[in-house]
Amino acid sequence: MNNHHSGRRSLSRRDIIRAGSSMGLMVGLGTLLPGYAFGMTGNQQLTRRTEGNSDIYELTIDRTPLTIDGRASNQPITINGSLPAPLIRLREGREAVLRVTNKLDEPTSIHWHGILLPFEMDGVPGVSFPGIAPGETFEYRYPVRQSGTYWYHSHSGLQEQLGHYGPLIVDPAEPEPFEYDREYAIVLSDWTFNDPAEVMRNLKVAEGYYNYNKRTVSDFFEDVASMGWSAAWEKAGMWGRMRMTPRDILDVTGAEYTYLMNGMSPDDNWTGLFEPGEKVRLRVINASAMSIFDVRIPGLAMTVVEADGQKVEPVETDEFRIGVAETYDVIVEPQDEAYTLFAQSQDRSGFTRGTLAVREGMEASVPELYPRTERGMAAMGMAGHGSDGGMDHGSMEGMNGMHDGGGSMDGAMQGDGDNPPVANRQISHGPDNHGAGAAMVAMNPRPRLDDPGVGLEHVDHRVLTYAQLRGLHAWPDEREPQRDVELHLTGNMERYMWSFDGQKFSEVDGPVEFRHGERLRLILVNDTMMDHPIHLHGMWMELETGNDGYRPRKHTLLVKPGEMISAQITPEHQGDWAFHCHLLYHMKAGMFRVVSVQ
Amino acid sequence: MMRMTAKQVAGLSVALGTALASSGLVAQGTGPFAESGWDLPVHDDEPYAQLLMDRFEYQDYEDEEAFAWEGSAWFGTDRHRLLVQSEGEAELGDGDGGEVESLDVQYANRIGAYWDAKAGLGYQTTFGPGPDRDRASALVGVQGLAPYWFEVDANLRVSEDGDTVAEFEGEYDWLFTQRLILQGRGETSYAFSEVPEFGVGEGINGLTLGLRLRYEFRREIAPYVGVRWQKDYGDTADLTRAEGEDTENSAVVAGVRWWF
Repeated sequence: MNNHHSGRRSLSRRDIIRAGSSMGLMVGLGTLLPGYAFGMTGNQQLTRRTEGNSDIYELTIDRTPLTIDGRASNQPITINGSLPAPLIRLREGREAVLRVTNKLDEPTSIHWHGILLPFEMDGVPGVSFPGIAPGETFEYRYPVRQSGTYWYHSHSGLQEQLGHYGPLIVDPAEPEPFEYDREYAIVLSDWTFNDPAEVMRNLKVAEGYYNYNKRTVSDFFEDVASMGWSAAWEKAGMWGRMRMTPRDILDVTGAEYTYLMNGMSPDDNWTGLFEPGEKVRLRVINASAMSIFDVRIPGLAMTVVEADGQKVEPVETDEFRIGVAETYDVIVEPQDEAYTLFAQSQDRSGFTRGTLAVREGMEASVPELYPRTERGMAAMGMAGHGSDGGMDHGSMEGMNGMHDGGGSMDGAMQGDGDNPPVANRQISHGPDNHGAGAAMVAMNPRPRLDDPGVGLEHVDHRVLTYAQLRGLHAWPDEREPQRDVELHLTGNMERYMWSFDGQKFSEVDGPVEFRHGERLRLILVNDTMMDHPIHLHGMWMELETGNDGYRPRKHTLLVKPGEMISAQITPEHQGDWAFHCHLLYHMKAGMFRVVSVQ
Repeated sequence: MMRMTAKQVAGLSVALGTALASSGLVAQGTGPFAESGWDLPVHDDEPYAQLLMDRFEYQDYEDEEAFAWEGSAWFGTDRHRLLVQSEGEAELGDGDGGEVESLDVQYANRIGAYWDAKAGLGYQTTFGPGPDRDRASALVGVQGLAPYWFEVDANLRVSEDGDTVAEFEGEYDWLFTQRLILQGRGETSYAFSEVPEFGVGEGINGLTLGLRLRYEFRREIAPYVGVRWQKDYGDTADLTRAEGEDTENSAVVAGVRWWF
């Protein structure tokens, strides 16, 4: 399987231009690729047919035995035999026709993540359509009115965990404001050789099942050595009173997962070829079920040009955190012979890597994982650093002072531009602090857009933050929001309950209602100890960073613990839309709502 | 075999969840455009089940040996569960006697982020040589996680004869490494009336303390060794002495903590 490296099949854009072609000629690319009679990993691309104004793809969803990380598995759910699913290229201004045949013995679906389309085509069973029954073919048909890097995946059960995801690129109608010679889709994901239903059960019945980085007795004595008895005691006491652990970074860890890049493990070493001096565009997609990654290429600066498929003012950085379901497009200019593309999980329990090289079979040194970290006491005012935390259990009155300290520090650190409009908002957790569904509430949540997040506080190079994202354009709707919609992200690790405002999907009695064409501000308050990538289908969230008028548009917002962030929204398309945490098992546990636009 | 069991449980859960959902008993946040007959987008209220043997051990006392267990099984959703708990011991060797100290079947309701309130029926019996005695009881209690990570189980139990006893049990885990864990546990009870045939005197009955050091080969299987110390107090101690037994005893224990 290792000879399926994409490098061999990548086509330099120079070649295309030399052939007197435009991006449109990518059509023929598929014919250069091997067929899909057998299962495969790596970057596969699909043949596109065109008819009039339509770009047509045929997709077949099936189980395909595959070798992953050198180990055979019968589990993979593939599309046209490939994990990840093959790259689909659509074109702005044309119609997409995607015929999806289900050869599984269970219903399935495809959701086109980040694409704005009629809701019946959004692909969420139970919300936008009934799903695709076994043996059935469903035709998705929608106008493509945007461009950029997106992805597609199952919205049925836990299928996404088993490989049912792939890259979706929409080529722009107009030339792009940046140049590159070559491009690769980089699909990051997490793979388990076990049944995802069993993973879910382990999370449900045994808290911390996959966490092998819990605090130990010796961690306490290390604290004593570094902070002294009373501070260490106070720290342990604070977390103990809250019944929270600062080490809950990710629920499912490297103890269970093999982390993949384009379906290949670190040992498989996915390789992308380049010629020195070329500009290479990497379209990085986090298609994981549960894993937030930190991505860097030691020795190479990366220029971020798109976030969630939408153009941003180019910003140079050395590392970025990518939440589940987010995408970032970066341009790099490699000069040496080989570089490691390194993606470590947020909790440092594992990594995946690939290589950018001038020829096959090369590798560069693979960096060590960063040291394991814990969530900060810092933001609680203990260490004078505004990172993470700011959390408290509702009953902990005594801690107020500390939180105020942390909160005001966060405010003061909001460097560039103005503060987001919600910076000083007073929020409410309701009379019962969200009930049994919420183990805690954030006492003093604040936007922390310039905080790179837990585990990245102390790195000695540049790390991308949301505060640095500046939309390349002002967006068409410049009205001020007419109203606020506030939702709290809530959870209870003890029972693995995840919800909005303390209520699971099955416990609410109706959808969140947006009015068609209105201008509203969505405010998200994270009342949990974990980062949540929150995805809204069918409309853009213009993240309020304080860069007025140049808000980055996103389909998925990674919200840090104790953080409050806000986005302006114009619900343009009528219908029912899914709104959920994109951590697969959080969604499965109930962190899901329907937003109805009428 | 365990994997099979887990899968079967998961399968049963899915079936039950689907049945509940399609029966319309589950409130839901589906939107107005959804058609009846569509499956729900997420099934977040499926029941799960677990059987946990917290103590499953051989006990070596100075002059006798025993096998003891303490475990629980539950089936249900996040907020509603059927809970079965049992604790007891059997003498090994000559004695052959033993006691099912409790076999309680309860309904548990999540009343707070960390607490279940529960109510149900219990059964207690002795077996082996000598007259077998048994009694039924009704109980209410709370169970959950107290601040500072103490697992707590507290019950008020009224027997069929009207005898009332308050029971309290607490547990705490110290992690030496990610897999080597020392569990401390303590147990005591207070009886509001005397029940001589079960050796129960009025007032504080006694105190049982244990320390067990386990190694989690897997989360599901953790062999352990430890010590157990128990002492009777007050009227209970008098009753114990009257039977010619020690009011204080200690044992070295070895066992396996397991669940599936």
